[in-house]
Amino acid sequence: MTLELRRVTKEVAGQAWVHPTDLAMGPGSMNVLLGPTLSGKTTLMRLMAGLDHPTAGQILWQGKDVTGQRVQDRGVAMVYQQFINYPSMSVYDNIASPLRLQRVPRAEIDRRVRETAAMMRLTPFLDRRPLELSGGQQQRTALARALAKGAGLVLLDEPLANLDYKLREELRAEIPRIFEASGAIFVYATTEPEEALLLGGNTATLWEGRVTQFGPTPQVYRAPQDAVTARVFSDPPMNFKRIEVKRGEAALDEARWRVDVTDGQYTAGFRAPHLTLEQSPRAVPLVAQLDAIEITGAETFLHLLHGEDRWVGLVPGVRKLPPGAPLTLWLDPAHVYLFDDGGRLARAAPSAAAA
Amino acid sequence: MAALRASRGWGSALVMTLYLSFLLVPIYWLVNMSLKTNAEITGTFSLWPLNPTLDNYRTILTDPSWYMGYVNSLIYVVMNTALSLAVALPAAYAFSRYRFLGDKHLFFWLLTNRMAPPAVFALPFFQLYSAIGLFDTHIAVALAHCLFNVPLAVWILEGFMSGVPREIDETAYVDGYSFPRFFVRIFMPLIASGIGVAAFFCFMFSWVELLLSRTLTSVNAKPIAATMTRTVSASGLDWGVLAAAGVLTILPGALVIWFVRNYIAKGFALGRV
Repeated sequence: MTLELRRVTKEVAGQAWVHPTDLAMGPGSMNVLLGPTLSGKTTLMRLMAGLDHPTAGQILWQGKDVTGQRVQDRGVAMVYQQFINYPSMSVYDNIASPLRLQRVPRAEIDRRVRETAAMMRLTPFLDRRPLELSGGQQQRTALARALAKGAGLVLLDEPLANLDYKLREELRAEIPRIFEASGAIFVYATTEPEEALLLGGNTATLWEGRVTQFGPTPQVYRAPQDAVTARVFSDPPMNFKRIEVKRGEAALDEARWRVDVTDGQYTAGFRAPHLTLEQSPRAVPLVAQLDAIEITGAETFLHLLHGEDRWVGLVPGVRKLPPGAPLTLWLDPAHVYLFDDGGRLARAAPSAAAA
Repeated sequence: MAALRASRGWGSALVMTLYLSFLLVPIYWLVNMSLKTNAEITGTFSLWPLNPTLDNYRTILTDPSWYMGYVNSLIYVVMNTALSLAVALPAAYAFSRYRFLGDKHLFFWLLTNRMAPPAVFALPFFQLYSAIGLFDTHIAVALAHCLFNVPLAVWILEGFMSGVPREIDETAYVDGYSFPRFFVRIFMPLIASGIGVAAFFCFMFSWVELLLSRTLTSVNAKPIAATMTRTVSASGLDWGVLAAAGVLTILPGALVIWFVRNYIAKGFALGRV
């Protein structure tokens, strides 16, 4: 089972919502679409499902062109961010409904519904209506309906975004397990980099209707091809600074460190947790102005101003620091990416390359 | 404090009683008249029938020229309600789900039909139906009432349909439902109360509308309201029978309201009506 997108484009009212996109998803793969809202995740997913038709390009399923095919004939399953079930049917009938439409024998339907319900821990609620369930249970019903169908392509559009924190954690742990068992191609849209990392598989990062990079999730995270990908795949967003490299030495404020790139202007990028308040052996000092702090229990976010750039630092523990004051931070150059003038990656962070 | 609360309770009960009796006086008087003889109605003033009689009702239920009026009315009212809903359901779905050229103008134009008095349309309908041989048929009245009921039904249903998330439609298509199957199996149960409210309004309008139904019929499809207004015999008005006919005319409406009362409350809350 493979899904391939060839130069797929979607324009609405003369505006490009999805720029020409090529993607190939292998059998039994987990694919995460990662991007901020309005980056085209949902549009791309609707094109994959067949709910919308591309302006140009082809969609191939098992090597067969299915571009203009009706959504009913595509044999896909989809779960939305909102908890979408059929309110007038019981949970059992909800899960069974796609199977009934496929004219699966009654005994087989019953077996699959009960099996999926057990996996989603819905067995005690089979006779209830979806609206009598909690949000998490409603979303599990929607997931169960998508899984019981046995579709080769399962599309999950931010399925956990509307759930509370604890339920989200719980379902997020379950989804890879369910995915393993099903053998289908999963496509999972999310805005959270952390979620992409937890799900594993492959990640496609999206930015303003373009897939900026597609590959194994850890690889995309550690070696983003360009600054945009790095920004999308960092939460809090990656910190950037224009720097100059002279005679193989990068200069940021007073700090100097050796890099193996040709001399010139670069943009240095580093992630929030790599800014620390304590000196470590290879770290270089940077002075920034503290704008505000946010304390999230065990960690402290530092919002910093460095010249014209806004940086975010994430340090462990609760720190009470006076805003407005200059602050010395330490950055290990091993965690610094260099992007050239076109935004392409010039040098991955040595620490990421080693991992 | 308790005394105050008690007196306030009495006060509101009193106001309510006055209000309800004010509303019910005409209906009571109608029922009162229908159980009297003509001599008693015209001769004496009595708050209740002195010699209660069911003769008036007997007259209506045994004389075809009377009871056929109810039958005719019911036939075209039911036809109209079914027609209006059958047309309005797909139309409302289109208005609620699709953007198309001039959709807002079309929606407004539909509603403007409601704003014109039926009298405006009596003449063109009469001439048209006479010309094509539809005059004095049930379908003629049913079709004429569609002019008013379809826009109303579309308006009510559109509000209900727009309350159903579009994702439910899409999920159903993804699951493999064809459009008709989705519409009947999944969508209609979701807007059942909207359909109930729309049906109620169509029924009531068609049931009480007099001008068009009287203009477009003569004998075969004569509605009860027309029968009532035309019943003047040589000996003057037959008060008792007319009152009994009036009571029987209220009944279907009262029954319909009784059955859809929960939906109506919901309808006013959820839909845009």
